[in-house]
Amino acid sequence: MSAAVATGTQYLWFISRGSGLVLLALLSLVFVLGVATRTGSATRRWPRFAVAELHRTLSLFAVAFLGLHVVTAILDPFVSIGWAATAVPFMSPYRTAAIGLGTLAVDLGAAVLLTSLVRRRLGHRVWRAVHWLAYLALPVAFIHAIRAGTDLGVWWVAALIWGSAAAVLTAVLARLLSTARNPAAPTALEPGPRIDAGPKPQEVHSR
Amino acid sequence: MNAASTGLSELTYPALRDSVGLPRLLPDRAAGGPATYFEHLARHGQLPGCGRDLRRRRQLIETVEQAGLTGRGGAGFPTAKKLAAVAAERRRPFVIANGTEGEPASAKDKVLMAREPHLVLDGAVVAAEMIGARRAVIVVHQAVREIVDAAAAERRSAAADRVQIEIVTAADGFVAGEASAVVHWVADSVATPTRTPPRLSERGLDDRPTLVQNVETLAHLALIARHGAPWFRGIGTLAEPGSTLVTLTGAVRRPGVHEVEIGMPLAAMLDLAGGASAPPAALLIGGYFGTWVEWDAVAGLPFSVAGLASLGARPGAGLVAALPIDACGLVETARVTRYLAQESAGQCGPCVFGLDSIACELGALAGGRDFDLSKLRRWLGQVDGRGACNHPDGVVRMVRSALDLFSPEIDQHTMGWCSGTRASSVLPVPPRPGRSP
Amino acid sequence: MTARARLEVDPIACDARGLCAELLPELVTLDDWGYPIVHDHDVPAGLEGLAAEAVRLCPTLALRLERRRVVRSQPVAHSSAGRP
Repeated sequence: MSAAVATGTQYLWFISRGSGLVLLALLSLVFVLGVATRTGSATRRWPRFAVAELHRTLSLFAVAFLGLHVVTAILDPFVSIGWAATAVPFMSPYRTAAIGLGTLAVDLGAAVLLTSLVRRRLGHRVWRAVHWLAYLALPVAFIHAIRAGTDLGVWWVAALIWGSAAAVLTAVLARLLSTARNPAAPTALEPGPRIDAGPKPQEVHSR
Repeated sequence: MNAASTGLSELTYPALRDSVGLPRLLPDRAAGGPATYFEHLARHGQLPGCGRDLRRRRQLIETVEQAGLTGRGGAGFPTAKKLAAVAAERRRPFVIANGTEGEPASAKDKVLMAREPHLVLDGAVVAAEMIGARRAVIVVHQAVREIVDAAAAERRSAAADRVQIEIVTAADGFVAGEASAVVHWVADSVATPTRTPPRLSERGLDDRPTLVQNVETLAHLALIARHGAPWFRGIGTLAEPGSTLVTLTGAVRRPGVHEVEIGMPLAAMLDLAGGASAPPAALLIGGYFGTWVEWDAVAGLPFSVAGLASLGARPGAGLVAALPIDACGLVETARVTRYLAQESAGQCGPCVFGLDSIACELGALAGGRDFDLSKLRRWLGQVDGRGACNHPDGVVRMVRSALDLFSPEIDQHTMGWCSGTRASSVLPVPPRPGRSP
Repeated sequence: MTARARLEVDPIACDARGLCAELLPELVTLDDWGYPIVHDHDVPAGLEGLAAEAVRLCPTLALRLERRRVVRSQPVAHSSAGRP
C-alpha cells in the first residue's frame, strides 16, 4: 500500500473493503456449514444440531458485517453510490455493473434469510425452494468481489478469495455427490426375489 | 306391491320389511345385471328423507345408533358416532362413499355396486341429508363405473334426490382405499394418505368436514332409514347386529361374495362357498391386514368381533381365505408381504424401508435360505405404528400372526424343508407394477 | 409431575436427518433406518427447552410440540391423532 497520508474519510473506504473481505469469507463458511448440515457425517464433537446452529448463528453475524460493508461504502464521499443502490441492483453511478452485482447478491441473500426466519409459517416446501437461491447468491457475491474489489493485487487478499471459492466449490461437489448416492425421497423398491406372482383374482359370483 | 300391477314379473318376493332375515343387500334375482331404479323402488320402497328438518335428522341418527350399525370397510367404527361428529361441525360437510376396495382378494364392494347400485346411492343420499351435506362423491372401482354412472343417470332423470351425486373412478393400489387417501384422490388426484390430525370429520375435502363411509355401510344405512332399528337388529348378535358381506376365497369350491348374518360359524360360511376344495389348515381372516388362524380352532367360532377375539382376529373387511393343507403358509405370507411392501405410498421411512426389509427377510425364510428371526421380530416392532396411516400396522399384524401360527413350519424351513406341495398359489397378488386389474 | 408438552413426529415430513435424536437422546432413539422412535411422548419439564430447540432445528419441520392446557390440577386431554 502507498504511504499516502490517510485522511479521516479514507477510513470509511478501508473499513468497507476490509469488511467486504471478511464478509466473503464468512458467507463461504456459512455456505459450507449449510451443506454440511445436510450431507456431512456427524461426529461426537460436531453433532448435526451443532452444525445447524452454527450455520444459523454465523449467517446472522454476517448480516452485521454486511451492514458495515454497505453503509461505509455509501457514506464514503469519494465514490457516489447512493442509497437506492443498497436495495435495487445497477442503480449506482459509480461502477454500475460491479456494485450492482453486490446489490443482487444482497437481494438474493435477503430472500434466503427472511424466509428462514419465518420458516415454520411458510412450510418446508416453500422455504426449501427459496433457500436454493443461496447457490446463486454466493457466486454473484464472488464476481462482485473480483470486479468491485480493489485489492486483488495483494497476495493474501487473493489467497483468501480463491481459498473461499475453493471451499465453496468443494461443498457444492459434496452436495451433488450426496444427492446421487442418497436421493431425498426413498428410492423405488426393488421387486425382490420372485416368489410366484399368484393367480389372477377369480371371477366372483354372488349367491 | 302386486307383481302384476307393476308389470315386473320377476319380482315375486315380499316387501323387505315383512322379512327380517336374509337376503337384505343381495337378493336372489332371476335376471342378472344391476337392479334398475324401478326394480329397486319396487323392492324397497321410497327412501325416506329428512331434508332440512334438524329434528328429523337427529332422529334418524339416533335410529342408526339404536340399530348398532358399524363400518363395513374394515375398522368397524360405530356409524352413528361418525355421523354425529360430522353433523356437529359448523361448516357444510361432504359425503364420500368409498368403493375403492384396494384389497385384491376382496370383491364385496364391487359386487354390491354391480348388483345394487341404488342401495349404495340411497345410502349416500340419506347420509348426506342426515349431516346436512349437499354433495356426495361416490368413489367406485373401474370395473363398475359404467353401472354406477347409469344408475346415477336414472336417478337424475327421475329427479330422485335433493343431494347432488358425483361419480369418481377410484385410484389403483392397495393404499388407495384408505380414508384419507380417498379424500386426497378426490381433491388432488393423488391417492396417498395424509396426516391424520386434523381428523377427516373436522377437515377433509376442501377443508370441510367429510364423512367417508364404505359403500356397504351406506347400503345398510339405506335400509335402516326405511325399516328402522328393530328390523336391523332382527338378525346378527346382540352386540353386533345385522348382516354383512363376505368374500370367500382361497381353497373353496365356489369362491364368491355372500351375505351372511354376523355371528355365523366359520365352517357354515365355508359351506356357502361349496365347502373347502382341500382340507383347510388355516384361514386368513379380515383381509391382507388380517390374522392367520388355525382351522380347527376357528371352525366353530362365530364370525364376529366378539367371536374371533379369542384368536386375536377381527372380521375386518370381510375377507375369509382358506389355506389348504398342501400349501405353505409362509410362502403365501411372504408373497403377500412383498406385495404390500411395494404398495407402500412411499411417504414414511419406516414403512418404505422397514416393510422392504421385512419382506426380504420373509422371502429368505420362505425360500429356505438363511434368515434371522430375531431381526425380523425387531423390525416388526420398529415398524408398527410408525407410519402416517395404518399400512405398516396391518402388515405387522398379519406377519406376526403368521409367525405364531406357522412356527412349526419355520422350524422346517430352517432345516431346508417345506411342507407345501402345491404348485399354484392361493392368495392373489396383482402383477407388477402393483396395480389391481 | 404431569408433563406439559407432548412431542410428536410427522412421519411424512421426517427425512431421517437425526438432529432430534442428538438433542433428546432421553426421549428419541433411531430405528435401523435412521428414523426417530419417540419412546415417551410426554416431555419432562427439564427437557422442554431442548425439545423446543429440536423442534426449531428440525430441517424438515417434522417435529412438533403440542402444549397441554392444565386446568387446576387436572390436565385436559388434548385431541391427538385418533383414527376413527
